Amino acid sequence: MTQTEVASPPRSEAKELSVGKPIDRVDGTAKTTGTARFSAEYPYPDLAHAALVHATVARGRITAIDTADASAVEGVLAVLTHENAPALKPALSPSPLNLSSMVSGTSLDYLNTDEVHWNGQPVAVVVAETLDAARHAALLVRVTYDQLPATVDFAAEEKNATPVKGDLISPGEEKKGDAEAALAAAPVSVDLRFTTPPYHHNAIEPHATTAAWDGDRLTVHDATQSIDWVRKHLALRFGVPVAGVRVIAPYVGGGFGGKGSVWAGTILAAMAARVTGRPVRMVLTRESIYHTVGGRTPSAQRVALGADADGRMTALIHTSVSRIGRIGGRPEPVTAASGHLYDAATILLQQNIVELDLLPNTFMRAPGESIGTFALEAAVDELAGELGLDPIELRMRNEPAKNPLDGKDFSNRMLREAYALGAEKFGWSRRTPQPGSMRDGRWLVGMGVASAYHPPVQLNANITVRLSVDGTVVVRCGFQEMGMGGATVQGQIAADALGVPLASVKVEYGDSELPIAPMAGGATQTASVATALLAACDKLKRSMLALARRSGESPLRGQRLDRLEARDGGLYQIGKPGVGEKYTDILGRAGRPSVDAAVGSDTGLGAVAGQVRFMTKFLRDRRRWVKAATGAHFCEVRVDPDTGEVRVSRWVGSFDVGTVINPKTASSQLRGGIVMGIGMAMSEQTLIDPRTGRIMNPSLSEYHVPVHADVPPIEIHYLNEPDPTMPLGLRGLGEVGITGVAAALANAVHHATGRRVRDLPITLDKLL
Amino acid sequence: MTLHPEVRPRPAGHTMEVRLRVNGADRTLQLAPQVSLLDALREHLGLMGTKKGCDQGACGACTVLADGERINACLTLAVQYTGREITTIEGVTDGELQRAFVRHDGFQCGYCTSGQICSAIGMLAEHAAGMPSAVTEHRHGDAELTDAELTQAEIRERMSGNLCRCGAYNGIVDAIQEVAR
Amino acid sequence: MRSFAYVSAPDVASAITAIGASPNAKFIGGGTNLVDLMREDIETPDTVIDITRLPLTGIEELPGGGVRIGALVRNSHLAADRLIRTRYPMLSQALLSGASGQLRNMATVGGNLLQRTRCAYFYDSAAACNKREPGSGCDAIGGFNRNLGVLGVSESCIATNPSDMCVALAALDAIVEVESVRGTRRIPLADFHRLPGSTPHLETELAADELVTAVELPALPVAAKSRYRKVRDRSSYAFALVSVAAALDVRDGMVSEVRLALGGVATKPWRAHEAERILLGAPAGEESYQRAAAAELSAAVGRPENEFKIELARRAIVATLRALDGSVA
Repeated sequence: MTQTEVASPPRSEAKELSVGKPIDRVDGTAKTTGTARFSAEYPYPDLAHAALVHATVARGRITAIDTADASAVEGVLAVLTHENAPALKPALSPSPLNLSSMVSGTSLDYLNTDEVHWNGQPVAVVVAETLDAARHAALLVRVTYDQLPATVDFAAEEKNATPVKGDLISPGEEKKGDAEAALAAAPVSVDLRFTTPPYHHNAIEPHATTAAWDGDRLTVHDATQSIDWVRKHLALRFGVPVAGVRVIAPYVGGGFGGKGSVWAGTILAAMAARVTGRPVRMVLTRESIYHTVGGRTPSAQRVALGADADGRMTALIHTSVSRIGRIGGRPEPVTAASGHLYDAATILLQQNIVELDLLPNTFMRAPGESIGTFALEAAVDELAGELGLDPIELRMRNEPAKNPLDGKDFSNRMLREAYALGAEKFGWSRRTPQPGSMRDGRWLVGMGVASAYHPPVQLNANITVRLSVDGTVVVRCGFQEMGMGGATVQGQIAADALGVPLASVKVEYGDSELPIAPMAGGATQTASVATALLAACDKLKRSMLALARRSGESPLRGQRLDRLEARDGGLYQIGKPGVGEKYTDILGRAGRPSVDAAVGSDTGLGAVAGQVRFMTKFLRDRRRWVKAATGAHFCEVRVDPDTGEVRVSRWVGSFDVGTVINPKTASSQLRGGIVMGIGMAMSEQTLIDPRTGRIMNPSLSEYHVPVHADVPPIEIHYLNEPDPTMPLGLRGLGEVGITGVAAALANAVHHATGRRVRDLPITLDKLL
Repeated sequence: MTLHPEVRPRPAGHTMEVRLRVNGADRTLQLAPQVSLLDALREHLGLMGTKKGCDQGACGACTVLADGERINACLTLAVQYTGREITTIEGVTDGELQRAFVRHDGFQCGYCTSGQICSAIGMLAEHAAGMPSAVTEHRHGDAELTDAELTQAEIRERMSGNLCRCGAYNGIVDAIQEVAR
Repeated sequence: MRSFAYVSAPDVASAITAIGASPNAKFIGGGTNLVDLMREDIETPDTVIDITRLPLTGIEELPGGGVRIGALVRNSHLAADRLIRTRYPMLSQALLSGASGQLRNMATVGGNLLQRTRCAYFYDSAAACNKREPGSGCDAIGGFNRNLGVLGVSESCIATNPSDMCVALAALDAIVEVESVRGTRRIPLADFHRLPGSTPHLETELAADELVTAVELPALPVAAKSRYRKVRDRSSYAFALVSVAAALDVRDGMVSEVRLALGGVATKPWRAHEAERILLGAPAGEESYQRAAAAELSAAVGRPENEFKIELARRAIVATLRALDGSVA
């Protein structure tokens, strides 16, 4: 039985459903009245504040560190350096067999060494009575270094890149046939180089940690996407039992991958609290975030496409160079989408890596696909130009029936339909193909399209659901809410699964005391939690039925669950909505205050079993299906012919993301991805000085994320067809939105101006 | 020439009395002069609704109203606002705009939201007072300046000092436009 | 931020007395630049003198048609002022294109005159910067300088002046009035900011103990037909890559009067005298505008990252003049 069947039994008259409705967020009032509490906002008596001091060299050894002036500042409690900081226990070596081991942002034991591994590494922490004293004193710590040669220039090191080896999670080289030979023989081809710069997440909430010790027990309010992994990591690093570490993070002010790993601030806040015996709050400055939290790797990519005269692809080659840090990071899977989008006769996908003396890279929204689809989808547009074909027509001619690399089935694929829907909504037929042929007054107008692609993953989630005699339902699961609308969406799912009004469902989340939920990343959370929630609701209904059947008075006596549906606050015969009983009556008669159902176990064998179950399902699933959220982006730009200024004037996104649980929150997530994609394409880049490895624009004034005026109305359309292999048919949609965006824009800019910009961002100087 | 009694500098490192009127209540604080208005609100008055996003005047999350005008609380010293009326999100009593934000999903994570709402209140007052924006069109030499209609383009330009990294801009603009009508 | 002593001055006399008594003091108005720079440890005054209570908030019409603007008039109020909007629209537009609504409500005219550069190497105390630390060198010249200057640059410094307001003031021949215990001085805006030369840390003619009290705009009928065009990396809330403040009067097809100034490209608000000289009396039109722009930019020194600004400035000048002569809407 699939999850879809569990949730949508056949029924005689439609029951009131919550799933599929544009429900307002349940936390809307808290967020619009300023009462939602974030990690830096929990009061503690005797709270002290901490500030970081950063290295100013890329590599070397600290020869002296003078903290006398800093310590003398009134209110300073401690200045921690490698000379006096307590030892940290080593972190686990990263292994895909234990996903929590991959939570370390770097392999550095902070303040446990005189070695400097990147420009900006924390070399001291000041703890003081007030924030101002801490910040002031941090300015007074004087550090001298013995500098060592450092390799920090990505462009210069590109030629020294080495191939990425595959592992359990990401493949190495992938190929079908001899793509290079096919390319050489193709009558029409393009062979192009693309580059993308480093990016940073720049969630508006700074990374912040409030840490309080009570003996060996630690409570941490942390701006994290990974409550459980932070908990395990801190227990390990400080050598205390996991059970004594509590991580609280109900609200997270944006993450986008940046809060997925454990970075210096979290560990050093806990360390500062341990040393001073005081609760300590560490809110990183914007500059400290850039210096201690990794961003997205830059990339250099080659996309070469060969086609026959009809536009059928004979060769698809996508190779990449990206970077990791010498002390951590994972290769960004730049070519991840390229084996799935086009029915090319031959394919070669290959990734290369350089290791630099920089803060390691980390996950950032759709790692791999976001920058990889820029190159691939811009190259496809160029191939369409070579062929004289409409770029949508070229895609349709190469739309695969099976996964191009290996012939596996797609779980469900509706990219064709997404293009058809989007083209109609956008008015693609009004586009005249010749570059520079469309104008609005003095503005050059361009229209571009590109495909979006992101695979869904489900992680293991544990959950409990309690149904009480007063009719209320409490769902407990330790996920985090950073804007995805998790509490709203899971509440909707629970309401429908149990046949109760949404208002009677309460979802508790954001605390490691709750059953363990997976990290919020990779667009995994909604589907992962939903799987567990549906199973728990199923269990709960069985328990309720069993309870009812014990009584001779219950109309449910002798009934089987598969002949019942959950509706109107109880269980009723399918086709006979009057025959059945309310949960409150069942519980009342039985004299029970509530009934609980649990899925998964947080401890011991249960946790191991959960991990094994997850891995088995992950691998089995991957053997059987290729599945992905897909979509088609349509955009219109206006370019000032004098200055090259680009204004994005219109956007239509048409998506196949499976079942849409809540169109209101789903559209916001997809729009959010598109807005971040607009920034990635047009204005964002982290400037790392190739001489020093120093980030030179560590601010929101010089790192240009899109502002209101940059963002046009964005229309979102859905096909809303369930994915039969996913719970309720839903696929995650936190990441698919950003994929393809940069290509759609580059293609539109070309259509407006005739210029191909292959190095992001598309700043106006490249269009003069 | 002797210094006016009020301008005798207090020595550095010392605190001074700062009287603010916050959300209608008089509040007296002992603050070091370098404490920003934002830190005074958050750390000293416990009003956590006003957010710190950058502390650089670059994101707008710290927007509050000072005598009805929107400002960035991070780039100002609390002591400079002695005697001024400060309104934070906790003091926003007209729920219409807040409800419109919820209806239009004008936020995701919620961190920039207090600033967006306070900024919108200030912005609407500026617009009502006839203040122009960078996208307001005027004919040269017009003796009679006409007031700008509050189009989406006007709202977007006037709200550009408030970043939203979740990208909820469409919902924010829709919410503001609905309330402005 | 380091600690400092704070005083609030009730009147101009107290303010200038107080600063005279503390050599390492700074006036604070809106604070939008100073507080940021103090937090970055670039400005480290031992005393901060709050001047926001000084009665310098008036905008008055002068006999003869000029306007006098108090130094503490805030940017948003100046931009919205009807006199400014009708007589000097380029100034209103320049102000409105700067920063954000919140910052414009805080920033004062006097503070805007003293706005410091956004050069990344000036902001990072780990970098060499002759402006921040005289004699330490300039990491910007061989580093990220896409947003830095091509005009008025020196071997010591290529940092741009980031003000939009000052570009309009340069075009309008504004006068800056300053006061100290020694009396009052009137400094033409053109002379107010210095070129970096070998002393980029000396940015203006303002002495350490002087207070800006007012800016005066002379009567300038041509300015009623003027505009400010700002080109930047975002649609709003970003510093200029290039900006142009221009006023133009065309009689019988000939340029009868013109004012032109550039922002984002120079180490100080850049009055384009050479271009004005060529334009005056020349036929209004593309050819003259191109010639004038090319002449003004002939002395520009580009570097690989900011070379584009020369071409961009040329195009922006021509486009702005075109828009003013009515040939393009």
